[in-house]
Amino acid sequence: MSTPLGLPTLRSGTADVPSLPDGVRLGKKDFTSGSEVRWCPGCGDYAVLAAVQGFLPELGLRKENVVFISGIGCSSRFPYYLDTYGMHSIHGRAPAIATGLVASRPDLSVFVVTGDGDALSIGGNHLIHAMRRNVNMTVLLFNNRIYGLTKGQYSPTSEVGKVTKSTPSGSLDAPFNPVSLALGAEASFVARTLDTDRKHLTQVLRAAAEHRGTSLVEIYQGCPIFNDGAFDVLKDREESVARLVRLEHGQEVVFGAEGSQKAVVRSASGFGVEVVGLEEARAAGREPVVHDVETADPSLAFALSRLDEPTMAHVPVGVFRAHSRPTYDDGVRSQLDAAREASGGPGWRAGDDDLEALLRGGDSWTVE
Amino acid sequence: MSTVPDPQRSPEQPAHRVDKQVEVLERVVIRFAGDSGDGMQLTGDRFTAETASLGNDLATLPNFPAEIRAPAGTLPGVSSFQLHFADHDVTTPGDAPDVLVAMNPAALRANVHDVRPGGTLIIDTDDFTPRNLAKVGYATSPLDDGSLEGYRVHALPMQSMTVEALKDLGLSRKDAERSKNMFALGLLSWLYERPTAQTERFLTAKFAKRAAVLEANLRSFRAGWAFGETTEAFPVRFTVPPAPAEKGTYRNVTGNAALAYGLVAAAHRAGLPLVLGSYPITPASDILHTLSGLKRFDVTSLQVEDEIAAVGAALGASFGGALGVTTTSGPGLALKSETIGLAVALELPLVVVDVQRGGPSTGLPTKTEQSDLLQAMYGRNGESPVPVVAPSTPADCFDAAVDAVRIAVKYRTPVLLLSDGYLGNGAEPWRVPAAHDVHAVDPDISTDPNSTADDGMTPQFRPFLRDPDTLARPWAVPGTAGLEHRVGGLEKADVTGEISYDPANHDRMVRLRRAKVKGIEVPDVTVDTGDHAGGHDHADSDLLVLGWGSTRGPITAAVREARRRGLRVAQAHLRHLNPLPANLGEVLLAHEHVLVPEMNLGQLALLLRGRYLVDVISCNQVRGLPFTSTEIVEAIEDVVAGRVRPTPRRDAR
Repeated sequence: MSTPLGLPTLRSGTADVPSLPDGVRLGKKDFTSGSEVRWCPGCGDYAVLAAVQGFLPELGLRKENVVFISGIGCSSRFPYYLDTYGMHSIHGRAPAIATGLVASRPDLSVFVVTGDGDALSIGGNHLIHAMRRNVNMTVLLFNNRIYGLTKGQYSPTSEVGKVTKSTPSGSLDAPFNPVSLALGAEASFVARTLDTDRKHLTQVLRAAAEHRGTSLVEIYQGCPIFNDGAFDVLKDREESVARLVRLEHGQEVVFGAEGSQKAVVRSASGFGVEVVGLEEARAAGREPVVHDVETADPSLAFALSRLDEPTMAHVPVGVFRAHSRPTYDDGVRSQLDAAREASGGPGWRAGDDDLEALLRGGDSWTVE
Repeated sequence: MSTVPDPQRSPEQPAHRVDKQVEVLERVVIRFAGDSGDGMQLTGDRFTAETASLGNDLATLPNFPAEIRAPAGTLPGVSSFQLHFADHDVTTPGDAPDVLVAMNPAALRANVHDVRPGGTLIIDTDDFTPRNLAKVGYATSPLDDGSLEGYRVHALPMQSMTVEALKDLGLSRKDAERSKNMFALGLLSWLYERPTAQTERFLTAKFAKRAAVLEANLRSFRAGWAFGETTEAFPVRFTVPPAPAEKGTYRNVTGNAALAYGLVAAAHRAGLPLVLGSYPITPASDILHTLSGLKRFDVTSLQVEDEIAAVGAALGASFGGALGVTTTSGPGLALKSETIGLAVALELPLVVVDVQRGGPSTGLPTKTEQSDLLQAMYGRNGESPVPVVAPSTPADCFDAAVDAVRIAVKYRTPVLLLSDGYLGNGAEPWRVPAAHDVHAVDPDISTDPNSTADDGMTPQFRPFLRDPDTLARPWAVPGTAGLEHRVGGLEKADVTGEISYDPANHDRMVRLRRAKVKGIEVPDVTVDTGDHAGGHDHADSDLLVLGWGSTRGPITAAVREARRRGLRVAQAHLRHLNPLPANLGEVLLAHEHVLVPEMNLGQLALLLRGRYLVDVISCNQVRGLPFTSTEIVEAIEDVVAGRVRPTPRRDAR
């Protein structure tokens, strides 16, 4: 039996978070803690940290209302470097811990920092359940396709055949595509960006933070020590133009260099999408698909996510989905409010008398 | 046909009253037994509620299979509910039933051997067909073959009488038969002069939206009562006068409900919102159910994807300034271990409730055991001390929960609250406390920096600067300006909370965490020497019986019995397993022999031997049921008579 929940209409992800007084602005420095940053030279995490420290002030929030919760792995050291509230928790569990915090504190902007091993291997269950519930938090999933902190074993996003210390004959298991996984779990906001594209990274992170619900941002992040060059083809200027499919809401999905542009069109079978030459497509009357992040049906976004393949011939980046649906934590709180209101009207709080009535129950008796 | 109950036919005023002799009893133990679909738990609950409101003291023992509906009419499918009520203080559900209500051959077969010789059997005969008898291994019907000669047998076609009473309601026979438990309840309510108004109110509320079902249940209940009143089969009814009790307001309560109320009351008194993270597991789920219905008390209940997420969500909420609680049973506690270790490192309040059941692994989900003590104490990596609190009776679950909250909040630590299946499902009368009698712990959430920077001027927050008395660290929550800080599972530097790999710091932090838990204020254990000591010291006792948790009832009953037999026996019971009471070592050393009954293979005994070098004698059973007092009396007699001795010491060889 399902009951209409009467949930509130959706607002920004930070709508209940106190903002700074007018005229007060914070800068990158305000979000930088005194801890010495200890990632390897050349690690992609530095770029993401700089981008996060750079865009947080743009949100205009009081920094004491910003919380970063991480799991275990190289990227999970992240909270130590931000002068906000933070918790470096245990392997894979950050989404679960954040769920409890978010459900009880609407006035916080909560970020989860995780990696491909943390989020998709040991913590896969928590991640998918956070996404299906639509808990109002932003998950930064640093995907370097390798286990860095344990020194170079393959990860659940490593390509099949990956030779590592733990897979000297090549890894056997097929990788997750984190964007497909998130869309499959019906995450309400799903995006992909790259550590090397500061502007894109900042735009995507900001949109993710302002989305109300679970935002999953996959960040391709280079590990120069254990998976060097994994994303090189996307860093080369010419190659990246040919390969990166930049998704823009309301725009036709076309990409590639001037003169050799490609289009993403509905596949002939009717399911999914395929890449064809733009000219060729137009000549055949096959119009490029128009990207719509807001649509409730995640099928087209999922089809776009499937363009990605191990060779990285076409890599869609940007926001795949930004759909508004009720969040878990708003629902949890509205049920509490409704129960209180039913007990004594708006603003009612249980008093000692109410507690005593609860303890007595319906079937008490008195001994004189 | 009317579906509205006719007040003229209320069972208090039957149509044909037959005067019957009334016999006054001090105590009665009744066991209701039937198929797991027969509604025996409900029947037992209602009889208990009627009995409680009459002012008898009581204790209950629900006992049911893990299967929701085991195959009908089979021995594994038998579900039972035992109730002991008396005109005096009752401590156990009773060793041997005086009365067995058996709704089918399986229920009779599975339970008759527990009934005391000469006891009463009230048997529903409708299911005594050759097929059903064969199913449970009866070659001949025990109703006819003389095998029940040692009992007073009332063989009644209760099912047929129920169907007859409902014949004009237009129900199918199957639907009509389902009310036979209410017929039995009505009959037993008459037989023991129980008040019926409450049960009628209960049924009316329960079936408010199903008029036909309500009518069927009410009519069956009244038919059972009326049958008792009019039949020649029961020439005598019984009454058990109320037990003396302290002044106050009382109710009947199960351990799981009392525990949930204790958490809510303690959080309410502390002014903290309560956030429960939980995953359904037998026998703890009723705590989740109860708390889920208490949203008006600022209780958030999150049923999440697994046990790990449940404790994670609770800890996340504690980080945000709520009282985080998670509830589970043994297998779930195993899954939560790593997160409890994180809570030890973070030094945040957290209450972890383990309603213990038979193990290892899935074990006996619906049966009781005390075998998670060592898991609670040591089931984590590293030196990871956690306070452990154990309630000893169903009503005591309330006080133990309040105490667990006090320790968690005051000392910023996870606390393990070790209930068990017997306490959780068992019920007893409870004197309801006033709100101001519930301890109000001060959350003392930080609002300002607690120190200054090296310049001696600039205010600075140091998240691991401890309270010198309690060694508790400050609880600073997100949203508080100027107190931004990071915590985590990596070792932290003392005072500053920065990451530290310094060997001396780690050694210090490990010892500080231990010292904090060791220093938790817990009351001394009291020793009850009964009357025999006459104010003399403990050494007058031949034996100290020391227990923890739910063995209190059977131990108390056994010690009383042993004293009746002239033995000089002292009794003590532990509420706090970590830290142990400061005077415990002295108490142990003051007795020549210490007997430790446990529903495990000697876990407290191991702790006591390790800690105090005292060679306690274990008395163990793990049958999934509470001790009978008889078992413990025998163990006491064995020790006193010298038949059982501690392990010989090397110097004694």
